[in-house]
Amino acid sequence: MGRYASDFRGERHIFRDLADLLAKASPPRSGDELAGLAAESDAQRVAARAVLADLPLTRFLEEPLIPYEEDEVTRLIHDTHDTAAFAPVRHLTVGGLRDWLLSYEATSEALAALAPGLTPEMVAAVSKLMRNQDLISVGSRCRVVTAFRSTIGLPGRLSTRLQPNHPTDDLRGIAAATLDGLLYGTGDAVIGINPATDNVPNCIALLEMLDGLRERHDIPTQTCVLTHVTNALRIMERSAPVDLVFQSIAGTEAANAGFGVSLSVLREAHEAALALKRGTIGQNVMYFETGQGAALSADAHHGLDQQTVETRAYAVARAFSPLLVNTVVGFIGPEYLYDGKQIIRAGLEDHCCAKLLGVPMGVDVCYTNHAEADQDDMDSLMTLLVVAGTSFIITVPGADDVMLNYQSGSFHDALYLRSVLGRRAAPEFEAWLERMDMTDRSGRIRQLAPQHGAMKRLLAHEDSNFAG
Amino acid sequence: MPADLPENDPWRGLRRSTPARIGLGRTGDAMPLNAVLDFQLAHARARDAVHTPLDADALVAGLEGLPHLQVRSRAPDRGTYLRRPDLGRRLDPACLELLPQGGWDAVFVLADGLSATAVQHHAVPLLHAVLKKLPNWRIAPVVIASQSRVALGDEIGGALGATLCAILIGERPGLSVADSLGVYLTYGPRQGRRDSERNCISNIHPSGGLTYEMAATKLAWLMTEARQRRLTGVDLKDDAAALPAGPPVAEIEG
Repeated sequence: MGRYASDFRGERHIFRDLADLLAKASPPRSGDELAGLAAESDAQRVAARAVLADLPLTRFLEEPLIPYEEDEVTRLIHDTHDTAAFAPVRHLTVGGLRDWLLSYEATSEALAALAPGLTPEMVAAVSKLMRNQDLISVGSRCRVVTAFRSTIGLPGRLSTRLQPNHPTDDLRGIAAATLDGLLYGTGDAVIGINPATDNVPNCIALLEMLDGLRERHDIPTQTCVLTHVTNALRIMERSAPVDLVFQSIAGTEAANAGFGVSLSVLREAHEAALALKRGTIGQNVMYFETGQGAALSADAHHGLDQQTVETRAYAVARAFSPLLVNTVVGFIGPEYLYDGKQIIRAGLEDHCCAKLLGVPMGVDVCYTNHAEADQDDMDSLMTLLVVAGTSFIITVPGADDVMLNYQSGSFHDALYLRSVLGRRAAPEFEAWLERMDMTDRSGRIRQLAPQHGAMKRLLAHEDSNFAG
Repeated sequence: MPADLPENDPWRGLRRSTPARIGLGRTGDAMPLNAVLDFQLAHARARDAVHTPLDADALVAGLEGLPHLQVRSRAPDRGTYLRRPDLGRRLDPACLELLPQGGWDAVFVLADGLSATAVQHHAVPLLHAVLKKLPNWRIAPVVIASQSRVALGDEIGGALGATLCAILIGERPGLSVADSLGVYLTYGPRQGRRDSERNCISNIHPSGGLTYEMAATKLAWLMTEARQRRLTGVDLKDDAAALPAGPPVAEIEG
């Protein structure tokens, strides 16, 4: 753990160790200031980037940021590092990697082959040398394709999670929000509920309702109730219809312990979900959420800046071949990401870094009411992310999540993004929309009159199904 | 529900089942302007709740002569408060000497938290309602705290030497409710108490939340039990099944 010093354009700067160098090189954000890790001046930040640029990538293999003996995420990263995949960039510095990623040589195929050779720390480091434009450019070249009943991540596609949350888990209210979303053509990544009451019987009731709705209308998508992985294990024991196992994860063993999980319990749940064989066209059965600030809020960040420790969470994710991963970028609060500018930067970082590591990243483009952000910021971020090739975004009725009390994307946003950027739903789901007569000849979602067949089939049936 | 919905609105039945913004309709890909303005107003109210300073004089007038004093945290302004929750949990050192050490059974702290609006609307009526249920308690002067997080009550209660601290604090505003009040009760308040050592009553507001009377009943019950059993937190919550049912308890903020 040597010190790093530089004489950069006539100024002397000293950095305590590799973690300090990475933190000081990070674009400004409130979470690093809260942790006392941020650069003390803008000039120091740029000097740190200059030092980082000259650092050989191999340094990250020699010098783990959290000791191998202390942390199972470090062990996972180092034990699964693919040296053959790393070989083409082994000779590069962090700055050299940045230049290579932006070169024409970095094709989708080359990046996919490189992914197992990169560690989260290398990826976090290089992202600190990249402007937003670079994060978009590199992100858009990465292809990570996964499948269960629909295929996520194909070129030219944008998928959506339909999130029909309800403050008291009212089954009829959740069905109503689900139908609303389906009529906008959303839900091809997953129909996923955050339960208000997180116990096993309630989650089973929600799962059975969603699965019934999906089966009745033969919808090629997957459903999920986002409960703790240990609940999911008990729910699977009771033979309830579990498509995807969900869990929030973070980038250190201690932060994961704060979530009540370890790699071994994730492995157990992964195997249990695979054994159900419910996927029709693929067997990616895991769904993870991450977010900058999670490790610091659990006081488990080991002195790492929040973006570096977030990137380590993607190593946890990729070990379980997930169908979906998303960062909850603006949800964790202004003490970690203060305003629209910081949220936008972090959303682009999380997406690009995850994709470089081969993780099927989507984003919950969102904010809370105590952050300095609004719908205009979200419009910017979601548009940038779709240009960057995000696998999916999250959508709720009218952008207002009435259970979690924050603002996410709306069903209308999905229409806007697909129109203006020419993206389509997952192919299986798109074919279903056509079968249901919900799209016009150009593939647009029709604005259905109440008497339209699809509207009647979906609405009238579900309305009577939950009547009384 | 908007007044101008057509008779044949297919969402009529389903709309009653959820407060979510379903069946908004569209113009092209976009939301109708009415829905956009409804959303903007809700967001504006939530932001105003976060950023409007606490009007301590109005609170004092409502106390109707109850002894009181005013303190502030180490966060000098709202921007710092939002970025640095650690500062909102610590008392400005200049305020320490204002707090009279005494053998108090309990202290009530009225704190802005993330919604000064909530405290402005609901803290005083709730306080009066609960005081009626606590005859013969030695109650410290009411403390009005600005730029305050939940844990500021630990330092206040500790300095006063109070057995219990009940902090009435504004909760993070949502779009549907911007003035929801929460109460956190801590036995043996002192700096460094963990959130698991508190009991929380959340969602106190008139838009479908707990009424003042329901919240006061719960709080008085918790305070009586806490004093007898000499604890608050997870172990006390287990016995709370006998209480009137309310909305789900939110996560502890700050």
